[in-house]
Amino acid sequence: MRTISYREALREGLSEEIERDENVVIIGEEVAQYNGAYKVTEGMWKKYGDKRIVDAPISEAGFIGMGVGASMLGLRPVMELMFFSFAYVAWDQMINNASAVRYMSGGKINCPIVIRGPANGGTGVGATHSHTPENAIANVPGLKVVCPATAYDAKGLIKSAIRDNDPVYFMENTLLYGEMGEVPEEEYLVPIGKAEVKRQGKDLTIVAHGRCTIIALKAAEILQAEHDLDVEVVDLRSIRPLDEETIVESVRKTHRVLLVEENKPFCGVDAQISHLIQEKCFDDLDAPVKRLSAIDCPAVYSVPLEKHQIPNVDRIIKAALSVG
Amino acid sequence: MPTAEAHRKDSNSTAADTGGYDKAPINDKLLPAEKIKLFREMVRIRHFERRSLEAYNGGKIAGFLHLYIGQEAVAVGSMSVCGKNDHVITAYRDHGHALMAGMSMNECMAEMYGKATGCSKGKGGSMHFFAPDKNYWGGHGIVGGQTPLGLGIAYYLKYKGLQGACLCYMGDGAVNQGAFHESLNLASLWDIPVVYIIENNGYSMGTSQARSSAFTECLAKRAEGYDMAWDRCLGHDVYEVRAKTQEALERAHHESRPTLLEIDTYRYEGHSVADANRKKYRSPEEIENYKNSKDPISLFQNKLITEGILTEEQAGKIEGEAKEESKAAAKFAEESPWPSEESMMEDIYWETDNPSQRASQGRMFFNDEYQQS
Repeated sequence: MRTISYREALREGLSEEIERDENVVIIGEEVAQYNGAYKVTEGMWKKYGDKRIVDAPISEAGFIGMGVGASMLGLRPVMELMFFSFAYVAWDQMINNASAVRYMSGGKINCPIVIRGPANGGTGVGATHSHTPENAIANVPGLKVVCPATAYDAKGLIKSAIRDNDPVYFMENTLLYGEMGEVPEEEYLVPIGKAEVKRQGKDLTIVAHGRCTIIALKAAEILQAEHDLDVEVVDLRSIRPLDEETIVESVRKTHRVLLVEENKPFCGVDAQISHLIQEKCFDDLDAPVKRLSAIDCPAVYSVPLEKHQIPNVDRIIKAALSVG
Repeated sequence: MPTAEAHRKDSNSTAADTGGYDKAPINDKLLPAEKIKLFREMVRIRHFERRSLEAYNGGKIAGFLHLYIGQEAVAVGSMSVCGKNDHVITAYRDHGHALMAGMSMNECMAEMYGKATGCSKGKGGSMHFFAPDKNYWGGHGIVGGQTPLGLGIAYYLKYKGLQGACLCYMGDGAVNQGAFHESLNLASLWDIPVVYIIENNGYSMGTSQARSSAFTECLAKRAEGYDMAWDRCLGHDVYEVRAKTQEALERAHHESRPTLLEIDTYRYEGHSVADANRKKYRSPEEIENYKNSKDPISLFQNKLITEGILTEEQAGKIEGEAKEESKAAAKFAEESPWPSEESMMEDIYWETDNPSQRASQGRMFFNDEYQQS
């Protein structure tokens, strides 16, 4: 099978949906003439024109809210946030309006919007540009959150997100855009709400999402080779809806769990997963559930410190070996 | 593209125009029955609001209740010139617009009572009435939060090539919110057919305009910073409201250009019913003076009587009918059932409301007591 980058996979998914449905429009800062701050939409403006690929001024509350309003009438806007950290500028629109309009209207109005962009640290851009708000957004009923880790999932999930009739907040990762992966030529979808076992194993389950999945897979190879520990890696792919079955099935198989995420520990996504495991797998566990999150300080600028702050291969190996 | 300069109206001359709009083409062509309908709609809103206040004071309505009494000519006048592709969105003082859009008193009253028969099945309350089938998009609780949504509605119309506009209402308190300014900039930058209407009732809760706006001229003039047309209008004259809104709608329909229209009006009650200081931050005399000299319903009633279209007796009959309709709505709300406990978990996601079309079986809800579908 051919390999393409995560970035190209996203672009293919976006382009296919633009061509499939005239109601799909991409709006964001530098998405058109600049070709995308991270080149996800490169070439799309030239190909699809001003109506479908729209450059917005730096005005997140304004244009994200505009997308929410347009989606209420049936447009399917795909709004790019240059960084998901900028979501906070548009928080009222994303949280108050997009999540609740269906509920407060008694089901009369849908909001089929996609808000996408990178949500990650590890790039030396400091605390204001390194947020990973999947936990905060998944806390809001009415919203869906997905975090693809591979090129294949990025393409399949963006297509599903655009076709979804509910608001989907789609979190990418600047450190993954250049990662290559196998992506078939023919069309496919990855369903929202379905996790995937990315590596089979029998001794320990690592549950991760986004880039942490990729790091966990690297750590798993080392753990196998150097410590004879056979690790299963479950990639959540989707935070809300959450595929509980795949998690539970894996834990019942390995009896030991390490949860890895780039979120901060307090009320991180893994706090919820941990609760789920104790509730559903209490008698299956041979050791307490272990969590590895970003170190609980604002995203630090200094490169060596930041590399240590967010989960990395070394920290995962250490944490995996410490599961009782 | 017309410039803001071309549409600039001096605020002083607007005041001097009082009463000159009877003969504006949009009003001159009105049939007597249509004029009486305008009067009836204003009266209906007022009686609905009075009955709501009674219900609130009787403990039947929870939360906030932002009454429209005094402002009736704004929603009625401006929405009366809307065509089939024109849409409306407003803030939390939304009852007048809802009734004018054609929502029934029953569904609105029942919503405030929190009943299953409410327009939002008891999930929205007073601030969140919606009727998308009537081009009415709410009912929004956060000051200024609806201004980008209104932009989006108009963006949709333009995208689809429909000759329509969105009337997006807000109070004077919204003009200092960032989302409002971002929306004005985008509307003008992208030629979006949106009409932003500031219903300036003088007070953002308890704070007067003088204490909240650094810009001491009229609020609408801020549009000049965005090269947008603006206008000012007296909100107690339903004819003037119609004429000024019509101008803005034509600009939207034919030039795809936005307008910022400031309509001076007054609320007789507090910001909400819970506004304990409503007679402290403004004097009782101020309220009485407005009621006595500028009440939009009395003024229009007198005008119609002078025009020979309406008699005192007919006006009284219309009032009686509105009173009865409001009373019946309260009875309907009172007798309606409460929503079921299960209904709490409906209308959250389209996907869970349409389980046969679910793409996956991922868990949507995280309650122990209400399992996901």
